[in-house]
Amino acid sequence: MTLIEDHPANPAAGDESRPIGYGRLQRKEDPRFVRGKGHYVDDIVLPGMLHGAILRAPVAHARLVSIDTSEALAHPHVHAVITGTDLQALGLAWAPTLSMDVQAVLVTDKVRFQGQEVAFVVADDRYAARDALELIRVEYEVLPPVMDARTALAADAPVIRDDLEGRTDNHIFDWEAGDAAETDAVFASADVVVSQEIVYPRVHPAPMETCGAVADFDAVDGRLTLYETTQAPHAHRTLFAMVAGIPEHKIRVVSPDIGGGFGNKVGIYPGYILAVVGSIVTGKPVKWVEDRSENLMSTSFARDYIMQGEIAATKDGTILGLRTTVLADHGAFNATAQPTKYPAGFFHIFTGSYDLKAAHCKVTGVYTNKAPGGVAYACSFRVTEAVYLVERMVDILAAKLGMDPAELRLKNFIKPEQFPYANKTGWEYDSGNYEPTMRLSMQMAGYDELRREQKEKRERGELMGIGISFFTETVGAGPRKHMDILGLGMNDGAELRVHPTGKAVVRISVQSQGQGHETTFAQIVAEELGIPPEDIDVVHGDTDQTPFGLGTYGSRSTPVSGGAVALVARKVREKAKFIAAAMLETRPEDLEWEKGRWFVKGDPSVGKTIAEIAMGAHGTVALPEGIDGNLDAEVTYDPPNLTFPFGAYICVVDIDPGTGRVVVRRFIAVDDCGTRINPMIIEGQVHGGLTDGVGMALMEIIEFDKEGNCLGGSFMDYLIPTAMEVPDWETGYTVTPSPHHPIGAKGIGESATVGSPPAIVNAVVDALAPYGITHMDMPCTPARVWEAMQGRPRPPI
Amino acid sequence: MQIPAPFDYARASTVDNALALLERHGPESRILAGGHSLLPMMKLRLARPEWLIDINDLFELDFIVRGADAQGADTLRIGALTRHTTLLESDQVHALFPIITDAEKVIADPIVRNRGTIGGSLCQADPAEDLSTVCEVLGAVAVIRGSGGERLLSMAEFHRGPYETAVAHNEILCELRFAVRARTGSAYEKVERRVGDWAVAAAGASVTLAADGTIEAATIGLTAVGQTGTVGAAADALLGQLPTEALFIEAGRLASVACDPIADQRGPVDYKRHLADELTRRVLRRATERAHASATSTATQEG
Amino acid sequence: MQVTMTVNGTDITEEIEPRVLLVHFIRDVLRLTGTHWGCDTSNCGTCVVLMDGQPVKSCTVLAAMADGHAITTVEGLATGAVLDPVQQGFMEEHGLQCGFCTPGMMLTARALLDHNPHPDDTEIRQAISGQICRCTGYATIVRSIKWAAEHPAAAEHGDTVQSDTAQSDTGQSHNTAQSSNTAQSQSADEVHA
Repeated sequence: MTLIEDHPANPAAGDESRPIGYGRLQRKEDPRFVRGKGHYVDDIVLPGMLHGAILRAPVAHARLVSIDTSEALAHPHVHAVITGTDLQALGLAWAPTLSMDVQAVLVTDKVRFQGQEVAFVVADDRYAARDALELIRVEYEVLPPVMDARTALAADAPVIRDDLEGRTDNHIFDWEAGDAAETDAVFASADVVVSQEIVYPRVHPAPMETCGAVADFDAVDGRLTLYETTQAPHAHRTLFAMVAGIPEHKIRVVSPDIGGGFGNKVGIYPGYILAVVGSIVTGKPVKWVEDRSENLMSTSFARDYIMQGEIAATKDGTILGLRTTVLADHGAFNATAQPTKYPAGFFHIFTGSYDLKAAHCKVTGVYTNKAPGGVAYACSFRVTEAVYLVERMVDILAAKLGMDPAELRLKNFIKPEQFPYANKTGWEYDSGNYEPTMRLSMQMAGYDELRREQKEKRERGELMGIGISFFTETVGAGPRKHMDILGLGMNDGAELRVHPTGKAVVRISVQSQGQGHETTFAQIVAEELGIPPEDIDVVHGDTDQTPFGLGTYGSRSTPVSGGAVALVARKVREKAKFIAAAMLETRPEDLEWEKGRWFVKGDPSVGKTIAEIAMGAHGTVALPEGIDGNLDAEVTYDPPNLTFPFGAYICVVDIDPGTGRVVVRRFIAVDDCGTRINPMIIEGQVHGGLTDGVGMALMEIIEFDKEGNCLGGSFMDYLIPTAMEVPDWETGYTVTPSPHHPIGAKGIGESATVGSPPAIVNAVVDALAPYGITHMDMPCTPARVWEAMQGRPRPPI
Repeated sequence: MQIPAPFDYARASTVDNALALLERHGPESRILAGGHSLLPMMKLRLARPEWLIDINDLFELDFIVRGADAQGADTLRIGALTRHTTLLESDQVHALFPIITDAEKVIADPIVRNRGTIGGSLCQADPAEDLSTVCEVLGAVAVIRGSGGERLLSMAEFHRGPYETAVAHNEILCELRFAVRARTGSAYEKVERRVGDWAVAAAGASVTLAADGTIEAATIGLTAVGQTGTVGAAADALLGQLPTEALFIEAGRLASVACDPIADQRGPVDYKRHLADELTRRVLRRATERAHASATSTATQEG
Repeated sequence: MQVTMTVNGTDITEEIEPRVLLVHFIRDVLRLTGTHWGCDTSNCGTCVVLMDGQPVKSCTVLAAMADGHAITTVEGLATGAVLDPVQQGFMEEHGLQCGFCTPGMMLTARALLDHNPHPDDTEIRQAISGQICRCTGYATIVRSIKWAAEHPAAAEHGDTVQSDTAQSDTGQSHNTAQSSNTAQSQSADEVHA
């Protein structure tokens, strides 16, 4: 059960290179990508297509005094200039957000963050559209901005959302989980209590492809075709129907190849709506693709949590309780993309992998004059923040107790026999076996040897740090009785057709942004039906061709859609049994399944393969009562619970004491995502997330100055790791299947992004222990590390 | 995607032709070499030249040649259109001026280095630009041509301030000349937030040893910390002394006092001063080691 | 103004505005959409193409500057149905996920291997350090390039041609934005050839 990964053989597959079902398999989507034949939104050219560009506000907070578009309209290549006033007339100036708030599509009254949408130009080509932006004259009356969440609730803070009736402050919500009184009692009785302010700064998913859309509205039949960079095409279609008043059956949303999403492409941005309005106004298709600064300054950021953490323990290192109060900066509009009933996402899994007596968290959301968002960047709905908090607090406790951080974790893990485990804030962890995973990571790292090396180096004045993180994720939202987005239950559909010759097509509602769905979902069908993955096409990304479902984010594709695909394949398999029985002139209960065929119990030579059954189904075989003439099925999967992947990460860093520069020397990641469908793809998902972790821990941050200027508005300042900043990842795995998931899989898309930042920061802090440091906030840039070494670590915001 | 405002374009065939084009199109014309400084500024519409004079065909400005100058001094001449990649890969440059190789390794990234030129870097005169410091440290002479002929400027004369040089709009920087000195070593070190980033701070040094092992000449330069020209006080402290760690520490202290950094996203003032100190010590150590190696190899050759 | 250049071995002459960036010339004029762009500041390397065999960031080169030069884009990597070993390597070693940075990464890899047929890991990492990948964490890209170095003639064996044929089915079935395919101009197809 516990193995070190080295392209492991798949017991279910006859041939590792061409498995029928699970195993390492080259991706079916790669041949088009390596030939430059990927097909992204900006590659789309429709006849007569025009180009849009957005004029954005140069300041963070200002009253819009006047806007003069006459000169822009006079530009020979300009077809339309749309302002907030124009949208007001259409009832489209404001759009609902995914968090029950509204967001301005174009400014009508007041600018609320730098980079906010002010006007939209539609022109013949992208060059002319950009030129015309310079011809729009806007007068602003600049207002003092609210840039620090800590002062957003002060009595004298300017009210940002004066558009909302009766609004007199910048408060959005308070949300709690756990039992406060019980937690207070546990803390009162504890030997040791340590507290720490921990800041998870604002970062940005920054996929390599920015957001964009091509809208094509046909005025004759009232039909809208919208090509979009979206991770959730079906949810977008429904929301567009609700916002724009176009009947849902007249809307087709197409999400072609997506150049990375990471949660950046879940929400509906003003640009998408403007492309649609532009097409309606001009009667022609309109393309809008944002530039990099627009992406970084206006689309969904991530995190921005200021957390006060407290942890309570006995002298001997039994962790008793954890509590935290959080100030959540949601920016100018509350537009977080998450299950609607959870305004702080799944942050309340901050109890982590430990068996606690009590826990309590309280999250307060506030408005500031920054871009809206908050739930993005592979965060599993705020599990990133939760894991970071608990894994930092455990390390701070270890330092206080003088215990080895690995030992402290091992001592406090939820035990295997406690699963399913009900934690103190309302979660039921489905399965887990933490100690072997932790032990494997320590063995791969050579943990004891690393500690010896560190001791020697410290004696020589060298700075080496070893950081551990043990995370538990909660992914696969989710059960419809608890989880919806604006009333849409978080379920996913799947349709499977087996054609007469035994080739199949499976249609799914989730949307790959690079995760390899065309391969993984074909492998699930292959595993269930015993036909080769290359004989199965996966169709996704087109609402006219796929069943309804909520899309890909929060690591939900395998847990939810994967479940749907397994179940629809089983439905087909079950139907195949009845048809096979008719073909073999026997009773269905006398048949037995082996991968790829039904055969007569006790006489394996007599049977029918799926291909034979498919031909039979579509042919002339006399079908039993209630069985129709095809081999198709469809399902919508409502998962009974979320899944809880986990993992043990160990990071080794070296710090140059003269400059504060941190080098990640090694990173060992042992993940447990339950049943493994394609180990190659899983490894890729982990590698990518670990790189996110290095980015966030060492360099990525969206900062603002006091005037409200965004300081991370280009790739010159928003730094993302290159191949030089990351090590050659060392990965391993254990397998603890989910007991409730149809194939036992748990999801892996975000584990490493969630789990790696604390391992890296813990390593940096460990390296700085000789300076008496027990905490420093991200990003650990050379300057910030040096400041910490001088005894004055400071929060990044 | 961001797009430059409209302009006209002409490709020069020779230096004289480029000069004529600049004359003809007036002060709103700009020289275009690698384009990796100018084009991003134009995309942001912070620069809006009316004409771009492309000099990428001026192969006469793409050279690395060693020879005697007019006074007979051993000189390395580098054409202004020499690409960063060419400089980085030149064994000759590395043997004579390892500080250039050190700096080139950390300028932008390999692909930008395929296009960017030494002349373009110097003319951009960004305060965080590495080659400006390198040229200051090496006492390079800039050869500038205009319709009236050629003029030779020291780096002190060449640099007028941030983003400003002595090259007039109707002139072209043609080459940089570096005096080759025996028993000399040089080095450059930069702290950056990530590979390819501009310097948080950087330092360069050149050290020439006398036959008795004392320091005969030394120059120290700093990047991105508000230091104009070389750090005279720090270099003066080294002259005539035997190179020791204590001496380097003193030079580092003087460098940190001399500079005048500003706080920004890359770090606070005291950190940058600290880096001026720390990096000065490091480059002095490495330059001295290299000077020793150079002295040894010279002695071997002479012996 | 008129520009003439060789793109993937084919001579191209087009009339353009002087300010047209090479990346837009390739994508919008020639309709070779395998070359992408990801930033405006020449930091991300998504737009890398080869100019006279050397990788350049085509968002920071004017099409006018490429006049008289030879450009290679990802569409020019394969020879007919025979993939470049770099393309094969990226498939073998999972060197791509979303595919957006992939064309630029592969072209840099091609130029590296032409210059240095047996690079070590550090040389590979340095060579691609001007390019950002948000998905892979780079290790599999390094492995892909090493695979290509170890299989200089890999693409000549039969499997490649097979997978080439197989891919067109997958690609089409996934890709539902058909209108854009049909809108692809003649000149683009000529350039592919």
